[in-house]
Amino acid sequence: MPNATPGSLVAFADAAPAPLAPWAPGRLLALLRSDPAVSIAGLALLLIAVAALLAPWIAPFDPALTLDVSAGAQPPSATHWLGTDQLSRDLLSRLLYGARISLGISLLAVTVAVIVGTAWGAVAGYAGGWVDTLMMHVVNAGLAIPRILLLLGIVALWGGLSMSSLVLLLGLTSWFGVSRFVRAEVRATRNRDFATAARATGGSPFRVLVRHVLPHALTPMLVAATLGVGQVIVIEAGLSFLGFGVAPPDVSWGTLIRDGRDVLGTAWWMSAFPGLALATTVLAVNVLHDRLRSALGGQQLHDP
Amino acid sequence: MAIFLLRRLAQGLFIVWLTTTLTFFLIHAAPGEPFAGLLDDPRTTPEMRAAWRERYGLDRPLIEQYGRFLTSIASGNFGTSFTHQRPVVDVLGDAVPRTLLLMGTALVLGFALGIALGAFQGSRQGGWFDRLTGGSAVLVASLPDFWLAMLALLLFAGSWLPIQGFITPTLDPSAPFGRRALDVLRHLVLPAGTLALLVAATVSRYQRASLMDVLPNAWVRTARAKGVGERAVVFRHALRNALLPIITYGGLAVPALLGGAVFIEVTFAWPGMGSLAVQAVGDRDYPLVLAIVMLSSALVILGAAAADLAHAAADPRQRA
Repeated sequence: MPNATPGSLVAFADAAPAPLAPWAPGRLLALLRSDPAVSIAGLALLLIAVAALLAPWIAPFDPALTLDVSAGAQPPSATHWLGTDQLSRDLLSRLLYGARISLGISLLAVTVAVIVGTAWGAVAGYAGGWVDTLMMHVVNAGLAIPRILLLLGIVALWGGLSMSSLVLLLGLTSWFGVSRFVRAEVRATRNRDFATAARATGGSPFRVLVRHVLPHALTPMLVAATLGVGQVIVIEAGLSFLGFGVAPPDVSWGTLIRDGRDVLGTAWWMSAFPGLALATTVLAVNVLHDRLRSALGGQQLHDP
Repeated sequence: MAIFLLRRLAQGLFIVWLTTTLTFFLIHAAPGEPFAGLLDDPRTTPEMRAAWRERYGLDRPLIEQYGRFLTSIASGNFGTSFTHQRPVVDVLGDAVPRTLLLMGTALVLGFALGIALGAFQGSRQGGWFDRLTGGSAVLVASLPDFWLAMLALLLFAGSWLPIQGFITPTLDPSAPFGRRALDVLRHLVLPAGTLALLVAATVSRYQRASLMDVLPNAWVRTARAKGVGERAVVFRHALRNALLPIITYGGLAVPALLGGAVFIEVTFAWPGMGSLAVQAVGDRDYPLVLAIVMLSSALVILGAAAADLAHAAADPRQRA
């Protein structure tokens, strides 16, 4: 999707998304299972997700607990595996709690984006004509603003966003690409024989769209969703890094990297480890997205 | 061709208008006040605030403000920046060339490196070079750009390369142009290099995939059958055709480059449009924010149009 995402220049030139193969979960799983890169990426994501879920039980310290402020930032040691920050808070514990926020925000935001994008793309693709033209103009406008600038503008101006508004905001600025995928699929499907037959037997447009056409768009939805998760994690981290995202006392990986930004020379671990966690997650999601896409017969070229 | 260009221009103007209008109302609907920087000053009285609001027309009805905004922009007046107390055009006039220098350098370097890498990968698909550099490219492309920039800071801190700013502040402004240019170039190495690395990682993936698409073609087989050497087949015959999608990508990379530039500029304290945007947004500098949004969406659209034109120029089949 032609979107400015702060970390990955990876994914955006989908001038015309190629129609993908129809939904076939069995074939999908079999293909994925035979690929070691997918297993590794999947395992890594599973580990990170489980660690995030279990954070309250496995974190060695309270993430907000200041142990010994006079000691300053401590390098990694046996007690503090990843070291501590300037306020002597345990970095591993903060990283684990940060994972909950980073992953949670992006998963929820992508859900919002997929719902909105699917609805928008489905209506545009099914209606066709001037409705389609107009709706796609809006999408093109959305894609023309560098997303980070738009988000910066909104977040900073509206100030002090709650977590749920942040999720909503990220979701509502991430659906443009999804809608293009879905629209392409709906346009390719809407005049196929089974859809025409459903209309001929008296199916209302809504029913034909939801029951007969949209199931064929599940594949692009899934591919777009994996792509979106990787993008939104980085965007949230970027906003938090600039100081406009997740606000204290909550921590995300982005705020942790920001915390370490000014003490890079003396306490490299403070920004290195959260960055590593972020990079690992995004890499794993991108590998999954890449393989999923080629397994489903999408053109490699659009998302390397 | 002329009609095509005119249509693109009209579409582009429409999209710029749409994004600007959207931003205008979003900004004005925001619950916060403008002049955040000045408001933090405890000496600011309500009377001063009211005077400022009146001076910038912020006390008028929103629709009137919007009308004034449109007419003044139509006459080329983008207003005065609240925080800089200078015309927006002047503020941007300082910052934008620096951002274009950064983006342009990164684009050229990144594309050169990416195309070369992708071509070599594609010519020896599955070989050690392909797997090594291909894997690294996916890794680099997954790194958040601000984090990569911080790694570069950490790595080069204390080296001969400056890690912050645009020019050495102590450098005599009356120094000969050559010396100043050289100083700027040295400051450019790290930010542009980081951004170029990110571009190259993506471009190389596209280039490789594009070459893979081209190689199975019949005319490639013909060239081989004629006895053309393998190197010439790949680099002279196939690569030329495989470059087409990459040219298009060059124009479409503008939004990603602009977004990337924000983080690279902030991290390396490069005083360009990205740093300016973050500062303007933090200070609620309405005119400046609006101008930056307008300018960047115009850049994005220009990039897309340039991609179309370049594609048409490079592909004779499109000229008919």
